[in-house]
Amino acid sequence: MKTLFSARTENHDEPDLVEHVQQPGGLVADNISAWFGDHKVLDRVSLSMAAGEVTALIGPSGCGKSTFLRILNRMHEMIPSASLFGEVRLDGDDIYAPSQRITSARRNIGMVFQKANPFPAMSIYDNTISGLKLAGIRATRAEKDLLVEDSLRKASLWDEVKDRLEQPGGGLSGGQQQRLCIARSLAVSPRVLLMDEPCSALDPTSTRRVEETIESLRGQVTVVIVTHNMQQAARVSSQCAFFLAAQNTPGVIVEYGATEAMFAHPQDDRTSDYVNGRFG
Amino acid sequence: MTAISETADVTTRPDYPEAGADTASPRLIKQVRERADRTFRLVSSTGGVIVLAIMCLVGIFLTVNAVQAIAAVGPVEFLTTQEWSPETNHFGIAAVLTGTVLIALVALVVALPLSLGTSLFITEVARGGFQRTLVSIVDLMAAVPSVVYGLWGLAFLQNNVIGFAKWLSTWFGWIPIFAVDGADPANPLPNNALYGSSTFIAGLVVALMIVPIMTSMMRESFSRAPIGEREGAYALGATRWGMIRSVVLPFGKGGVIGGTMLGLGRALGETIAIYLIISPIFAINFHILQKGSNSVAALIALRYGESNGFTMSALMAAGLALFILTMIVNFTASTIIGRSRSGAESEA
Repeated sequence: MKTLFSARTENHDEPDLVEHVQQPGGLVADNISAWFGDHKVLDRVSLSMAAGEVTALIGPSGCGKSTFLRILNRMHEMIPSASLFGEVRLDGDDIYAPSQRITSARRNIGMVFQKANPFPAMSIYDNTISGLKLAGIRATRAEKDLLVEDSLRKASLWDEVKDRLEQPGGGLSGGQQQRLCIARSLAVSPRVLLMDEPCSALDPTSTRRVEETIESLRGQVTVVIVTHNMQQAARVSSQCAFFLAAQNTPGVIVEYGATEAMFAHPQDDRTSDYVNGRFG
Repeated sequence: MTAISETADVTTRPDYPEAGADTASPRLIKQVRERADRTFRLVSSTGGVIVLAIMCLVGIFLTVNAVQAIAAVGPVEFLTTQEWSPETNHFGIAAVLTGTVLIALVALVVALPLSLGTSLFITEVARGGFQRTLVSIVDLMAAVPSVVYGLWGLAFLQNNVIGFAKWLSTWFGWIPIFAVDGADPANPLPNNALYGSSTFIAGLVVALMIVPIMTSMMRESFSRAPIGEREGAYALGATRWGMIRSVVLPFGKGGVIGGTMLGLGRALGETIAIYLIISPIFAINFHILQKGSNSVAALIALRYGESNGFTMSALMAAGLALFILTMIVNFTASTIIGRSRSGAESEA
């Protein structure tokens, strides 16, 4: 990806694809509290997600993992009653600062959702590069072709769809749709990719493909993944954060650290109970 | 390996001799319908049949009554004659039908952007109480009787819009439809009456009447655009307009076409408001800003009182033409909606 468009780097004033090929970004959530109306769902959560690494957020349902993830790319504020406190810094810059554009924050910090959401009437090809169109980035047909192939390859979908790129994205199977969404997110070269239980609706084979994709993204983009699947967290992530919310209290991070250590020797009893399947 | 083939033998038809002759044939499955289902079926099918029957009866009634008049002048002359004087056996729908279509087109050109904008504003921009208020106001617009729109158009709108009509014809008069015969832009005291009672003003009033129904249909389809796809677009860094263009509009395409066709159908049939505003002429007038227009429905309303026997049959023939035209519009609409691959369908 980094070398893909190097031939065109010179003599271009207009924004083109080259400028959007970026290094993975380090993401820091600092002292995040979040509310829906009067209901507090996160209480002073801080987490550092290292550049190029895969960080897994685990914990039982309703502990605020997804809310936390949505705060990381400003999707949280789409809900009318939602509010928050704290800062989210992408390589030091607060994405909630007044000078920051919401569109550029979301382009830098992409997101893959629990339910695959390709644009159903758009072709696979157009779905993959829909981010370019939405961001108003112009590209020649050759550049687009390259980008489509590269993104679909990264999402390990290319071989399955290369002969039917003009067919609608809605016609793919669930697992393929989810990988199309990953390809679509990767096509805008995000520095961070957030994944909200990307495999919870997928069959084991598709899950494996997605996990392989995550594996191959290591070093190219920072990945933050919410998962209910302990084995998945153990397989794909290098860092892990365990969220927990006791009854009627906001969610907090109980334990955070290297995944291996956390699964082998959890410091906290609650973490130990959870990773060993005793509750949750 | 053997285990797999054994399983396969069980689940597929055996083809080894020991299996014996294959006597299996599909058995009949008789489903006993529950009483509640039978009642539901009866009530719903009765409703469907009655609606269809009424539709056919209207068509048959119009055809039977129109035959006398159409036979008297011949179908070709009936379609091509502009005058309307059944008394002298010289009449046709060329002028009134053209007038109907022109007024409906003016109405659509005005109403389409207005209702698109309104429905997008309601679904995508307005929030909370303001949103609900707007929805009820638009629905209220639909409840205003057309005669009230007609009176308002005649007494208020016309006087205020003539200036715009004049401006349009002065600057764009070189486009044939905006030309006004006998108008002299250099005249310091222009004759305003030249611009009144025109296709344009009738079309404007009809536009206001069809905006509510078009808006409700579009609003309904836009508001059902899935939240997942909306978030997908936003997560790619889309602006609100970008999200609307790539998610909401494609999803609501069926609703936009359907609403437009519904509006067109209503515009073609609108009677009393047009009747009040236009000054009826029986000649094809493509100059939409110029005084004088006509429509099938207005013609029927205008001549109904003085008609009997043959002249009534002539009006029935005009009504039949309008009936067929609206049928064509509606069938075209459903075909277009059926063919267009709306996001709404692939979601199912």
